[in-house]
Amino acid sequence: MENMIKNEARRDFLKVGGTVVGGLTLGFYLPSGPRVARADGGGGYASPNAWIRVGLDNVVTIMVARSEMGQDVYTSLPILVAEELEVDINRIKVAFAPPAEVYINALLGGQITGGSTSVRDGWEKLRIAGASARMMLVAAAADNWGVSPGQCKAQDGAITGPGGRRTTYGQVAAKAATMEVPRDVPLKPASQFKYIGNVKIKRLDTEAKVKGTAQFGIDTRVPGMMYAAVAMPPMIGGRVKSYDDSRAKNVPGVKAVVQYSRGVAVVADSYWQAKKAKDLLHVEWDGGPNADLDMRKIWGGLEEAAKQPGAVFREHGNIDTGMAQASRTIESEYRLPFLSHSPMEPQNSVADVRADKATIITPTQFQQLIPHVVAGATGLKPEQVEVHTTFLGGGFGRRVEVDYAIDAAEISKAAGMPVKMIWSREDDMMHDSYRPAGIFKFSAGVDNSGKLVAFRFHSTSPSISARLFPSIVADGIDPFAVEGIDNFPYVSPNLKFTYQMHDTGVQVGYWRAVSHNLNAVALEGFIDELAVAANKDPIQYRLDMLDFSSTKHQWSGLSAGVPVGARMKRVLEEVRTKSGWGKRMPAGKGMGVAVMEGYNTVIAMVAEVTVSPNFDVVVDKVTAVVDAGQLVHPDQALAQMQSNINYGQAACLWGEITIRNGTVQQTNFDNYPVGRINEAPKVQDIHFIKSDATPGGLGEPGTPVVQVAIGNAIAAASGKRVRTLPFTPENIRAA
Amino acid sequence: MKISFQLNGKQTSVEVPPDTPLLWVVRDTLGMTGTKFGCGKALCGACTVHLNGMAIRSCQTQIGSVSGQRVTTIEGLGGNHRVQRAWMALDVPQCGYCQPGQMMQAAALLANNKNPSDDDIDAWMSGNICRCGTYPRIRAAIKAAAKMA
Repeated sequence: MENMIKNEARRDFLKVGGTVVGGLTLGFYLPSGPRVARADGGGGYASPNAWIRVGLDNVVTIMVARSEMGQDVYTSLPILVAEELEVDINRIKVAFAPPAEVYINALLGGQITGGSTSVRDGWEKLRIAGASARMMLVAAAADNWGVSPGQCKAQDGAITGPGGRRTTYGQVAAKAATMEVPRDVPLKPASQFKYIGNVKIKRLDTEAKVKGTAQFGIDTRVPGMMYAAVAMPPMIGGRVKSYDDSRAKNVPGVKAVVQYSRGVAVVADSYWQAKKAKDLLHVEWDGGPNADLDMRKIWGGLEEAAKQPGAVFREHGNIDTGMAQASRTIESEYRLPFLSHSPMEPQNSVADVRADKATIITPTQFQQLIPHVVAGATGLKPEQVEVHTTFLGGGFGRRVEVDYAIDAAEISKAAGMPVKMIWSREDDMMHDSYRPAGIFKFSAGVDNSGKLVAFRFHSTSPSISARLFPSIVADGIDPFAVEGIDNFPYVSPNLKFTYQMHDTGVQVGYWRAVSHNLNAVALEGFIDELAVAANKDPIQYRLDMLDFSSTKHQWSGLSAGVPVGARMKRVLEEVRTKSGWGKRMPAGKGMGVAVMEGYNTVIAMVAEVTVSPNFDVVVDKVTAVVDAGQLVHPDQALAQMQSNINYGQAACLWGEITIRNGTVQQTNFDNYPVGRINEAPKVQDIHFIKSDATPGGLGEPGTPVVQVAIGNAIAAASGKRVRTLPFTPENIRAA
Repeated sequence: MKISFQLNGKQTSVEVPPDTPLLWVVRDTLGMTGTKFGCGKALCGACTVHLNGMAIRSCQTQIGSVSGQRVTTIEGLGGNHRVQRAWMALDVPQCGYCQPGQMMQAAALLANNKNPSDDDIDAWMSGNICRCGTYPRIRAAIKAAAKMA
């Protein structure tokens, strides 16, 4: 029943949220609620629109409606507003916006941080917000002075007019908020950008993060707050059968032991007391339907499902005729494992559930969903649930899930007090929504020169959206399951791509770059195989096959949606030069290349690796050439690419979640290695193409590219084509 | 049980069970949340603080063993420590969650090694995990801090 309520809440949300994943036209949203300044009792500010609060003391606050999880929205989005608002970026304040319809991400249909969309969604919207507010402030000043707005100029939070007149934004803010919202809002040309693209702009959150004062979810304190530690079923889908809390209850400081949907929580006046008492609980678990699930069954199920025809998501020509015409056919199968997100901050949430109101303070990527699911879990109405977003200690897609906010709300309600629920690392790793595992089959028919005549792809993997956003899954296709290959960048006169959805029993979730990590990783490995089979240089082979015209793909709404062949050519050619491609490599060393478009960003990478006689892999260098259009905050674009490389490298070298007896076997960083400073590529040589084209996303797209570049480098170094990830010594040896 | 120790230069007393990890004493009892919880098993370094100037994992250090000793947390580094200045100059943090631990570890390195090599940095910093991939900047910031007065 509770799940039904939660699902109903999700559906309601989706109705409210509108179309999800469509690459909608960017629009400017008018502010909701009263626009008139409320100088008294309203916080001492006026809001020309939902993104800007001009303090009557002339302090400008820019509302950031995306979650800061490292990817720099705390600075990049204010840059867009400040550029047009004409305020000093270093003197503004930043606040995290509450959930509101006005803050919906047009590319995702909800107030969600994900899909590398924050800058793409804000690119026009936030500059228009800044410009529009500036025009209203100028209009107010001009009206006060009895002059025309054209005679006035806005700069650094002040307006000057004829005859030496001068006023600050703060002085005209209240009046400005009552002015008509302009319809035509011209924006600066790129040549006049002061902040956008400026390499000297610093992150606005660095100081707090360096001094230790940045407030993450886990740092939240509210009056009367107690701490909750939880016992959750080790088995996926398990439930509490019964529990004995007689020893736990006697631990000093314990206030309550309560059962909630997912487990048993101990509430105490410190986390340590709660955790100690939790360890003394004796819980009998009902293992549920997956109690005997293991990897043999999971792979067996995927293998069986892979025999199904699947749903066609891209097709042209005639695959059978094409294959018959080919002089040679090459087939391969790639297997990719489950992965954990494992952000550094374990999941946590503060919840204060009262009879008529709930407050949730939490590190979330999806604040808009929380009122609905917490309402479902507590019997309150969504409008009675207040949500505050904190800094996120990493996200990577994990915090699109709102499970931990629901849990904390249930525990607070049951205990009758405000609680901060903190998961242990083990809780976090064993109760993730994992990157799907899958089987990816290729068959290529080539002519005598190695050129593609026919290309067949068949993916078998679980659907993430079938659980989270069922309304976008239709006719057997989850748009998020076909990305990274739906935009296949090569020419093949005959082509057929199919997707077979298969639920393995393991809950899957959006993991940084989602299915690009499956499809594009497998695809670029297979393309490398074709180049080797044709005895062609892998970069030249790709260049010769690039598709410069196709826009046929229809599913991956977050990709460019226009031909990217010319951009792919450019990054491949540049990475060839920058990496020193083709140089003679000593024994045991090799270079590998990969290229991909995702989120309207085109990336080519070359990895250099050393493979020891025992098949240990060291990544010596990664060279990346990135075309992400106009960079809003170049230094942090660079940081994101460093981040993509680190996250992808760790995943492909070590990442693997396995299941035994229905239980996730990896529990902490000792048995789920995530990469340390001594293991990171020593040299990361990252280049951005200079461009003033519309920005592409940067939070995710390098993650898959580096993985397969490393795989291809391993093949070059060792002669071993590893089609089962991760690239552990065992898997390399077995290849 | 009352336990007294010096925290960031101030004499401090707490009444907690002596097996309570120092991490939770500074975070919950004393409300200083700059020190982070990451793994609970000394595997990630997010909870790194100084005990008598040595970098230690506060999640594995019982408060009872700290009695009468000197503890420094990120709050006690002062904000103007050369490691913090270098971290700011290079915009090292992304999500920032691991960074207090990284900086405490790096500060202890520089206290013992005026000019750390890449290998020194690898050996000294490999207990501190960052999931965002700030490693290249951490390395550069340590070298920059080494050159600062």
